[in-house]
Amino acid sequence: MSIDKETIQKIAHLARLEFNEEKEAEMVKSMNRILDWMEVLNKVDTENVKPLTHMSAEVNVLRVDEIRPGLSHQEALLNAPKKDSDYFRVPKVLE
Amino acid sequence: MKRFNSLTEIRKEILSGNLTCETLVNYYLENINKKKHLNVFLEVYSEEALKEAKLIDAKLKNGTAGKLAGMVIGIKDVISHKGHGLQAASQILNGFEAQFNATVIDRLLREDAIIIGRQNCDEFAMGSSNENSSFGPVLNDADNTCVPGGSSGGSAVAVQADFCLASLGSDTGGSVRQPASFCGVIGLKPTYSRISRWGLVAYASSFDCIGIFTRSIEDNALLLEIIAGADDFDSTVSFKEVEQYSKGFPIPKKLKIGYLKEGIGNGVSASVKEKTLGSIAKLKAQGHDLHEVEIPFLDYILPVYYILTTAEASSNLSRFDGVRYGHRTKEQTDLLGMYKKSRAEGFGEEVKKRIMLGTFVLSASYYDAYYTKAQKVRRLIKDKTDELLAEFDFIIMPSAPTTAFKINQFSKDALAMYLADVFTVQANIAGIPAISIPNGVDSNGMPIGLQIISASFTENKLLSFSDYLLNLN
Repeated sequence: MSIDKETIQKIAHLARLEFNEEKEAEMVKSMNRILDWMEVLNKVDTENVKPLTHMSAEVNVLRVDEIRPGLSHQEALLNAPKKDSDYFRVPKVLE
Repeated sequence: MKRFNSLTEIRKEILSGNLTCETLVNYYLENINKKKHLNVFLEVYSEEALKEAKLIDAKLKNGTAGKLAGMVIGIKDVISHKGHGLQAASQILNGFEAQFNATVIDRLLREDAIIIGRQNCDEFAMGSSNENSSFGPVLNDADNTCVPGGSSGGSAVAVQADFCLASLGSDTGGSVRQPASFCGVIGLKPTYSRISRWGLVAYASSFDCIGIFTRSIEDNALLLEIIAGADDFDSTVSFKEVEQYSKGFPIPKKLKIGYLKEGIGNGVSASVKEKTLGSIAKLKAQGHDLHEVEIPFLDYILPVYYILTTAEASSNLSRFDGVRYGHRTKEQTDLLGMYKKSRAEGFGEEVKKRIMLGTFVLSASYYDAYYTKAQKVRRLIKDKTDELLAEFDFIIMPSAPTTAFKINQFSKDALAMYLADVFTVQANIAGIPAISIPNGVDSNGMPIGLQIISASFTENKLLSFSDYLLNLN
């Protein structure tokens, strides 16, 4: 596996991150190194093995569908970097 | 004041009138102040802890105190404590104030534990040395040029340096056991789903466990008994009945115990090997049945771990977008730019790298080759581990291949540091309980830890065996 700068840029966009050129070069190097190291898994025969997707032995944990108090409006807005009396504020989306 | 090693010791002193919770909190606060350079606490709740102490002293007098009255405890900065700061040692959560209590916090407070502060750790619990904190490294109290281990480094040093009697940390790949080993204290990672994760800042949800640091097995057992168990707020938490761990488990005369071949192999430092062999010899001398075991798929454990945890982390950490909480960039930009810049500015390097790796292994073209493949190998590892632990009562091995390494020793080589987790990660992959107990020191006086693993939901047996082994001399 070998990934290049373009892949890094694509992945960074998907991850909503950005890197300057120097960091981008570092990321290419260190990700390649780690991905190479991960290649070892190809040696394991996993034919007919089902992926393990859940670690808890509990299945279908359900609860009664009833209204319970959650965070109040005020509490939910407590840590907002930008807000007005009712809403989170973000940069303008529509022109 | 003399150092206390268990809540029983403290309660005895309180009962005899020689000690109050208030004096005790003042004692810990003094210790914290004397060793500020260790960089253990991100915030100390001095006034609040003293106020609580007075209330609990009153309760002790009139006989209404909870089971944890007299227990002063510190919390890793990944556990939500209402009205207090919470930021996973990251700048992206600068100024965040928790709006609710984690289930474990509610349960501690209900039994009158006193929370003394929140502790430094690797950013988002990602690291093995506590050097990835945005607040700087924590120093090992046994040698200030060495790391305390990670990611729960602050929580381990707090117990090591007598800043509190116990700490709660989190363990995703060894983050409680490895620092416990480096700092000479006890660190338990229970079975996956034994303790509710409600209010724990998520790193890799199918691995994350809240863990417990103490100086005695009895305190560890008592704390587990109180914080474990079913919870309406975590649908993955186990509904299995919580055993009375504090009552203990009778240790049979003859146990079948495995010791890991690689645990006394070439990759392990001489002093760690010697102490591990010493434990094996002690157990043999007691008449137990000891066998060398090989852990199948050992070479694949770390790659599986890093593929799955980074994938889960990339998803879990997508919530930090600068909209509802946390850091938002000051730069004028559109919505997409705001997400990217806020995240780029707020996260540290290791966290970004793991988000990138996780996003990569989950991306459409590579999903099956990496993510699904790792999930399949995880099943193989788990099945084999469960099989082994059906045959053996316990398997023992060093908690880490070396004692605490120097600060900056691995700063240029993250992969080399990943390899230091080789013995601890298996328990998280398989979801089994594991504990690190002190096992002497090396020639420089640095602590060595012994790890013991056992089958899922056998914490009672695991804790009692640990106590037995600690008392074998």
